[in-house]
Amino acid sequence: MQQKEFLNLVMPFKDKLFRLAKRLLVSREEAEDVTQEILLKLWSKKANMSQYKSVEAFAMTMTKNFCLDRLKSKQAGNLKLVHSNYRDENTSLQKQLEAEDSVNWVERIMDELPEQQKMVLQLRDVEDYDFEEISDMLDMKPTAVRVTLSRARKAVREKLMQKHNYGIG
Amino acid sequence: MESDKNIEKLLEKYFEATTTVTEEETLRAYFNQEGVATHLEQYQPMFTYFSKAKEEQFTKTTPLSEPVKPRRKFNYRWVSVAAAVVLTFGLYFGNNTYQNYQEQREARIAYQQTKEALNLLAENFNKGTQKVALLNEFEVAKQKVYSNN
Repeated sequence: MQQKEFLNLVMPFKDKLFRLAKRLLVSREEAEDVTQEILLKLWSKKANMSQYKSVEAFAMTMTKNFCLDRLKSKQAGNLKLVHSNYRDENTSLQKQLEAEDSVNWVERIMDELPEQQKMVLQLRDVEDYDFEEISDMLDMKPTAVRVTLSRARKAVREKLMQKHNYGIG
Repeated sequence: MESDKNIEKLLEKYFEATTTVTEEETLRAYFNQEGVATHLEQYQPMFTYFSKAKEEQFTKTTPLSEPVKPRRKFNYRWVSVAAAVVLTFGLYFGNNTYQNYQEQREARIAYQQTKEALNLLAENFNKGTQKVALLNEFEVAKQKVYSNN
């Protein structure tokens, strides 16, 4: 497979890989690193690419596993996530009241969710995958995906309500 | 335009995760426009965030070409073929030149020997002429004696 062919194949979903990585790792730099690594891994596996039912699903699963491994090794090494793309809560107190900021809340709320919920919510509500695809990617039963998704959505709603009430009231 | 009632119903389904992808698109479209009903405004950030999150892109370029490209494996089979070719040529032409060399050496030795033999012959010839010269001397003396008498 030539480089051009490979890029044509990978381009449509490389942003999705990146967004999933960023959802899990939070840090933009780390997510970029991971995405690059995944693309390189795919490139090195290009010879048996045709074996996979869906390269996209395969790549998503790879990204998921890679990120979870990273998170695990971080916890084991007792390292803190290094990232700079969190907004400083204190300096933008005024802005917090603005509607635009409540959108950022959702991001922060999602960061607090358990990993499984994060991923399901990301894959469904951001990337619009259907349940079969998600269960394939995350190696879960479709019913489990549905339950997790419902929980994740409700959790976001609940936390959003809380923050909303603090912000306004 | 979706009615608020319909949206409420969809929202209910949404939180039970029983909406379809298209229904979720309807929800997102509804919340991404102006004029969201006030009692539904609280849900707006969720949907606007999801739409916003979709737009994030991976901007880094991945250097695929050089470091990743598997280096062309050196094919050792061709090396053996080349070696075999060189060896055959070597044997063929090498043997030829070796024989040439051998012949030349033999010729040089033969030349050397002939030269020595000829030298020996020449020396002995020279000895002969010296003796003949002595004989000549004798003849001259004899003539002198004859003419004096």
